[in-house]
Amino acid sequence: MKNSLDENKPIFLQIKEQIEDSIIDGSIKPGERVPSTNEFAAYYKINPATAAKGINELVAEEIVFKRRGVGMFVTEDAKDILIEKRKEIFYENYMFPLKNEAKKLRIKESELIEMVKREDDTNEN
Amino acid sequence: MKIEVKNLSKKYHDNFALDNVSFTLDEPKIYGLLGRNGAGKTTFMDILSGQILASKGEILINGKNPFDNQQLTESICLIKEGYNFKKDLKVKNVLKIYSFFYPNWDQELADSLIKEYNLNLNSKIKTLSKGMESALGITVGLASKAPITIFDEPYIGLDAPSRKKFYEMMLEEYQVEKRTIIFSTHLIDEVSLLFEEVLILQEGSLVLQEDSEVLRENTIAVSGKEDKVELFLKGKEVLQKKQFAGTVTAYVYGTKEEAKMHGLNVEGVPIQELMIYLTEGKKGA
Repeated sequence: MKNSLDENKPIFLQIKEQIEDSIIDGSIKPGERVPSTNEFAAYYKINPATAAKGINELVAEEIVFKRRGVGMFVTEDAKDILIEKRKEIFYENYMFPLKNEAKKLRIKESELIEMVKREDDTNEN
Repeated sequence: MKIEVKNLSKKYHDNFALDNVSFTLDEPKIYGLLGRNGAGKTTFMDILSGQILASKGEILINGKNPFDNQQLTESICLIKEGYNFKKDLKVKNVLKIYSFFYPNWDQELADSLIKEYNLNLNSKIKTLSKGMESALGITVGLASKAPITIFDEPYIGLDAPSRKKFYEMMLEEYQVEKRTIIFSTHLIDEVSLLFEEVLILQEGSLVLQEDSEVLRENTIAVSGKEDKVELFLKGKEVLQKKQFAGTVTAYVYGTKEEAKMHGLNVEGVPIQELMIYLTEGKKGA
């Protein structure tokens, strides 16, 4: 989880994305509890209604589910659902600005593909 | 409690402090009431708390006028930036008086805040520093547990850690029990994340009432080459526009997605900046 929020962006989206990121990178696993609305509100000093909005969207998308009186928990399929969802917006979020910048710098398509293929020391998987 | 403001005006001599203002606060939420000096915020809060009369129009709280209405006034606690308490009273007297007046008074909370802010119960109000007096105001405001609690710039002289403590306590109390909190301050960037809804007054008129998340989503700063920016701005309400080094930046209501499709750089606008652009623009007009 990040230590502070960006005031230029809807706060509920940032709460939502933070939980999503934690599920995708495995820091919160299926069946584990996610922080509650009040915990988010207290930690980030934000309005509880705002935190609730982010968490409720995750419930609607079946990323987390509510256990009455106990809290919010990560669903079994959460990670798969999220990875699919993130793939869909990958082009828009990463490829689109990449191509835009490349165009501005007059980088040719072949050069761009070359760069994508280039092996980076920092990106070993 | 439902607060209905209907065509509210307040005239001092020839000046309208409030000029035909209407809005409704439906639910218990934390409301940010913003505006520049002289915008009419304090006048509004004075009328709401039943301390002064409107020149025209009215405020109804659950359908009733708060002026001279004991049953309603014990549901409303207004803490101002100063002179909340009589100078010759001791801190403990103040707490006693307020505890009698407010039916939901929380003594435990008052005690813990008094301790937190290091207030001496036997000190007279006139011997307190500005910050200490503010701390007492905050203590009373929170411990009143009034269904409508109003803070009008409540922390003159209070240092940053004490303000932080105040925000934490306010949030904690609000989580335990929701109530209508109307918060007016110039230190917007410190508290804007606490607001669920924002109202902006400008020269006696209401210029904005909106959910703060909707604002964060729909107010943007776009920048790019002039022709591209101008194309995007067609038909939109522009708050402010500036030009620098061949780039035009405009503050406008719109979505990030739309601006990106126009090939523009786009950023969100924090509530503090929105307030500045909204009220600056109006003044020049």
